[in-house]
Amino acid sequence: MGLDIRWPIGLMFTLIGVLLVISGINGGASPRLPGVDIDLIWGIVLLIFGGAMLFGAISGKKQGPPK
Amino acid sequence: MQPVHLAWVDYTILIAYTFFVIGIGFALRKHLKSSSDFLTSGRSIPAWVTGLAFISANLGALEVVGMAASGAQYGVATAHFYWVGAIPAMLFLAVFMMPFYYGSKARSVPEYLNMRFDGRVRCFNSISFAIMTVFASGISMDALARMLTFLLPWKHEYNLGSHVFGSYDFYLVVCSAIVLVYVLKGGLTSAIYTEVLQFFMIVLGFTPVVWLGFKEVGGWDALKQKLSIVAQNPAALSLGDKAYSPDAWGHAWTPIIAGPAHNPMGVGVFPIVFGLGFVLSFGYWCTNFLVVQRAMAARNMGAARRTPLIAAVPKMLFPAIVILPGMIAVALAVIPGKDYRLPPVAISATAMSRAINDVKAATPDTAAAAEEKIKADVKLGMDPAKLTAIIQANSTSALSDDDLKVKLQDAVTDTYYNGVTLSLIERYCPAGLLGLALTALLASFMSGMAGNVTAFNTIWTYDLYQAYLAPGKSDRHYFVVGQSTTVVGIILSIFCAYFSSHYSNAMNVIQLVFGFVNAPLFATFLLGMFWARTTGTGAFIGLILGTCTSAVYHGFTIYTGGTPGLQGAYLWHMLGHAVPDACVLPSSMAQNFWLASFAFISCFIFTAGISLATARTKTNEELKGLVYSLTPKLKDDETHFLLRPAVLATILLVCCVILNIIFW
Repeated sequence: MGLDIRWPIGLMFTLIGVLLVISGINGGASPRLPGVDIDLIWGIVLLIFGGAMLFGAISGKKQGPPK
Repeated sequence: MQPVHLAWVDYTILIAYTFFVIGIGFALRKHLKSSSDFLTSGRSIPAWVTGLAFISANLGALEVVGMAASGAQYGVATAHFYWVGAIPAMLFLAVFMMPFYYGSKARSVPEYLNMRFDGRVRCFNSISFAIMTVFASGISMDALARMLTFLLPWKHEYNLGSHVFGSYDFYLVVCSAIVLVYVLKGGLTSAIYTEVLQFFMIVLGFTPVVWLGFKEVGGWDALKQKLSIVAQNPAALSLGDKAYSPDAWGHAWTPIIAGPAHNPMGVGVFPIVFGLGFVLSFGYWCTNFLVVQRAMAARNMGAARRTPLIAAVPKMLFPAIVILPGMIAVALAVIPGKDYRLPPVAISATAMSRAINDVKAATPDTAAAAEEKIKADVKLGMDPAKLTAIIQANSTSALSDDDLKVKLQDAVTDTYYNGVTLSLIERYCPAGLLGLALTALLASFMSGMAGNVTAFNTIWTYDLYQAYLAPGKSDRHYFVVGQSTTVVGIILSIFCAYFSSHYSNAMNVIQLVFGFVNAPLFATFLLGMFWARTTGTGAFIGLILGTCTSAVYHGFTIYTGGTPGLQGAYLWHMLGHAVPDACVLPSSMAQNFWLASFAFISCFIFTAGISLATARTKTNEELKGLVYSLTPKLKDDETHFLLRPAVLATILLVCCVILNIIFW
């Protein structure tokens, strides 16, 4: 249907991942658990997820839409 | 709870999300050519997308906050709404019912009813469904606008003649406008695509909150240990005045098997298995067009049947992100030194100003009378010791209004369970993660609206407008009608949001009536799909009598602590008779499950009986593709054995049984 949904999902979560990583580097620990830099950890998780979606979209474009 | 402080990064995430959902609508705009592209996605979407949208359309609305609330009130047994009340029905839909919905080429559930029975059944179903969707979407938007008014720091106030356009109105209109733009531009496809985005947003936004909560409580064993403290003394958290055995919160089946008196839900095995697991669950998942529409938009029969199967995987795991937060919250509340309490019910602005005046007028000598007056003004449970302390402190040296507000709010003992999710987000999220979690909450409300509006569109355009008002027009005509209906649907939803915020009692009546209509519905489908002898007259009258049975059952029963009227037993009241003990059920949930069971059985018997007494109007040839026994057996197109719906469904059912055993 024209648009591969993996593009917007991948782009959005990569963007949010970058924002969280930046915020994590500037001290993004959870108020209750000071030892856990949750922004950094979760930013990396989102970057991996967003990257995987983008990878799927790019390889899907080469092979045609997935069945 | 205080309004949260949002940093630039949180705003950026909120704005980025809004930008992406609107962007999806615009990107899909050029692919819309016909009414079917707009209203049914032209049956072109892959199964993983429709599968996630299927679950997201259901996850919307109040599920995220509501299930956390139930997790706090009932513990692990809340998972029955998933493992008993959803998975089996979703698998049944995929294996047995989808071939008829998809194979009949019906564009909606009421249209299938028209093919199978006649126009009367279609008309009854489409009108009740259309009204229900508009109200459901209004409820979502009302909850969203309230939440944003409370959370966001900006206060809007514009004078429009005599009416003040405040923050609530502002957020209601802005959020509705966003939904309007993306649905109008991209139609059902756009709603489905954004639902997939919302799915990931909700999962990825709530997981870290739950993980941090889990970590703070100290893992599963520690959580269970704390829950056993809760179970033995729920009164400490104002969770009712009864004590239960230690496993009442930490197990799914043990407390249910022990009987209605031994679990906070107040239900036994039969209402859970038959009422929830069969009648309510199959009635919702197999007949509700809101979810079925997602599967009908799939690109082929295989994809349509795999849609509910794919959706079943996350559905099975959702208790971990929607129920667990509630359990974490009650556990934290009993751990000394964690400085956490379940969020109290907020005192309304007018009640607060009265209570403040009461405190100011009181002296230590009149404290007792003043406390009673405050309680009467606030209409909530208040901690007497805290009230005495406030009056004492104020008479020693006058407190400021702001101080009094904080202290009075703190003295409220009634719990606002729906606030549990937000209280945990506030507790654990630093800037950044806060934006993500709030966006996830926003996403869940907006998908509630979009899902209902797209279902309303299709039903109105195809099942009411095309069928009865203006048949035989050009496709272009219905395309334009579909688009205009989107605008009308959104405007009606806004009205319903106002209605529900002003007349919450009227809203409860409406929801009650829809409960009556929905309860017997599955009997009609079951007989229609699996028994060729079922006639249109049988189905129509059976459905109406089933609905009447619900209303009568409700009129004669009530739950412990309920007041006759909206909560049931109004018929006893009208007859001038006290409610007999046999008609008092342990909880509203038990009343609901039993009501559904009776409505189903009555609809089933009446439909079958009247069908036998009336002549068939449709021949076997006409019913081919609509009734199980008259349809040639479907040959699965999947080459791989494991991808066949029946095989996949069996595997998922086994997984679901294993989950039930693990949390037994």
